[in-house]
Amino acid sequence: MPSAIEVHEVSKRFRLYQEKYTSLKERILHAGRVPHHDFWALKDIELEVAEGETIGILGRNGSGKSTLLKCVAGVLKPTKGEIRLRGQLAAMLELGAGFQPELSGRDNIFLNASLLGMSRRDVAKSFDAIVAFAELEEFIDNQVRFYSSGMYVRLGFAVAVNVDPDILLVDEVLAVGDERFQQKCMERIHLFQREGRTIVVVSHAPDVMRQMCNRVAVINSGQIVTVGPPGPAIRTFREALLDAGESIGSTPVLDEAEEQAASSAEAIPSPPPLPTQVSSGRRVRITGSRLETSVTGRSNLHPGEPASVVVDLEVSETLEGVAFGCSVWASNGALIFDYDSGVPERLPAGHSVVTFRFDSVPLLDGAYTVNIRVQDPGGGTVHARLEPAAKIVIENPGTAVGIAALPLHVELTPMTPGGQPA
Amino acid sequence: MAQVQQAERPAEPERRRAASSSSEGVTASAGGARHWDDQPQRVVAAKVSTVHRVREIWAARELLGFLIRKELKVRYKSSFLGFLWSFLNPAMVLMIYFVVFRFIEHTTVQNFAIYLFCGLLPWNLFNTALLSSAGTLVANAGIVKKVAFPREVLALAQVGVAGCYFLFQTCILVLFLVGFRVMPDWKYLPVLLLAVVVDLVFSAALAVALSALNVYMRDIEHLIQVVLVALFFAEPIVYPFSLVGKRLADHHLVWLFLANPLTSMVLAFQRCIYGNVAGAVKPLNPGALPVIATYSGMFYLELLGVVLLGSLVLLYLAMLIFRRVEGNFAEEL
Repeated sequence: MPSAIEVHEVSKRFRLYQEKYTSLKERILHAGRVPHHDFWALKDIELEVAEGETIGILGRNGSGKSTLLKCVAGVLKPTKGEIRLRGQLAAMLELGAGFQPELSGRDNIFLNASLLGMSRRDVAKSFDAIVAFAELEEFIDNQVRFYSSGMYVRLGFAVAVNVDPDILLVDEVLAVGDERFQQKCMERIHLFQREGRTIVVVSHAPDVMRQMCNRVAVINSGQIVTVGPPGPAIRTFREALLDAGESIGSTPVLDEAEEQAASSAEAIPSPPPLPTQVSSGRRVRITGSRLETSVTGRSNLHPGEPASVVVDLEVSETLEGVAFGCSVWASNGALIFDYDSGVPERLPAGHSVVTFRFDSVPLLDGAYTVNIRVQDPGGGTVHARLEPAAKIVIENPGTAVGIAALPLHVELTPMTPGGQPA
Repeated sequence: MAQVQQAERPAEPERRRAASSSSEGVTASAGGARHWDDQPQRVVAAKVSTVHRVREIWAARELLGFLIRKELKVRYKSSFLGFLWSFLNPAMVLMIYFVVFRFIEHTTVQNFAIYLFCGLLPWNLFNTALLSSAGTLVANAGIVKKVAFPREVLALAQVGVAGCYFLFQTCILVLFLVGFRVMPDWKYLPVLLLAVVVDLVFSAALAVALSALNVYMRDIEHLIQVVLVALFFAEPIVYPFSLVGKRLADHHLVWLFLANPLTSMVLAFQRCIYGNVAGAVKPLNPGALPVIATYSGMFYLELLGVVLLGSLVLLYLAMLIFRRVEGNFAEEL
């Protein structure tokens, strides 16, 4: 199969200046000795993308993934090497880049599509499709500066996908608009895949990759670490890169507690803030937490394996009617589970240990955060909380995609002509 | 542990369908399934040949048109007089010079307004092109950083805008000519047309170079304003050619005056449009000098031809400079 994109020995150097001299005077004064050091954002990248393939480029912030995408898009030029592209290319590096606020939506469609390399005739032909996709029929002749940010990106996306690209480059821009529009965007991407167009997605979110890509390239410090099927590649990414320097062992605990949050708003779980946030009341102090699992020989859990979060409490005076709360969050901030034990218990003065035991953690690939609370039943008063109390990393040896490992079995039963199982 | 089957993922790409519901028009133009061998191959590399680049710019000519239109629409969008400003602005400048030189300097040039206008036309084209193109890459940083297209087009669009204003001003000049009952010297029309081409090429060359350099040295944008004010007086626009020509001729230095590319354009405009005014070519009274240069048509053509060649070389160099620094635009802006 012919390749749509060939990246050959591409390197990109950035000059980092301690002090940037952009004026003529400074240029002359400091001619030839501008303090800088070279930073190689990409080093000898070799990558081939086959026609019709959807490839993900996965890496942490600053790993060079966006630089690579910009080079492919032709926005940046590689310092060394070359990139060969076959077919019409549309890059969604930023939706609605180059929209002129003073111009109407109509004029902007023509200008923007023309920037992306579309001819006037083709824009005129697909104009209605663009407007319909962006759902802006009513406002198309209004100046873009009156558009909401949602309308703005919708129009941007609509123009980009209607350029009819053979190669589509996407840079973390799918999280636009409301949920319904996001779905529409994903559907369009899937349609592109079925139509055999080549798609390159850049993201630091492995879950997106798993759902979309045939192949994933993991990039770190400007070099490709691995290229392969999403499962193993994401695993490499998690093990080698994401978890480096991140361990939940003894959690640092703040000593003096601030005024405890006693508002009823506490009943609504808040997204997991990082780093560790402890708020202890005067009477209850969280002194430590750890994750206990039954696995040996590997650091990550498989879906469905048990895990416990064990928390040490230091109680200064006996408390009556205490309950425990626990919440589990996905890495994108989505709440997966929130629980309040609800049963009032007596918490004696001194040292206590609370164990939050999950008999099974039926989650799929990802890093999940567990937060715990010591509170009134119902959560009216929170005596102490620890966020995060533990981090559970799940590694799925299977092929399922998503968040939850639902216990599914697929059975095939051939039937006889009489309607009986054969 | 839960046994989970893999969700369906698009694996074998079907051949692209001829048309989908919402992108009907587009795919239709592609004519259904595509053959990859027919697809042009594009190369992103550190070095690109000039020929290749020229082809890219040519392919972006529609974009150039859209950018020019956008610029014309946007520039005076929120002002009360709007588009009228593009006429009013040069008219007022003309008026100021007219008042200063007619009533304060007591110039003896006949139909001085027409004489001024002849010189201002090619000058304004050059002046506006350079002033607006120097900062255009910085002003359009949003597109430059996020969209891949031959960025020279941004500078060329500013030259195009200046060209449009040039046309508007030419319309006003025609009104002036009718009003003052002045008939241009049509024999010199080819000279005038060549001068317009030379003006455009020369402006484009400097516009492309300066716009690129300004990304790295932002002073250029400001410096150019001062330089242009000084340069304005280097051509016989507000004063008659004879004033300088005579004195330089005594020292055999007229060539120095003519070496300024803009002078050749200004002289060509004056010869064609102002040539029939009394005193332009033949002095009104003995002892006086003709107002404009009195070279032969051939001389003008040769002079402009040389300037055109020079401008083309300059344009080539400007594109080299542009390409050399372009690779890091996205980073510098």
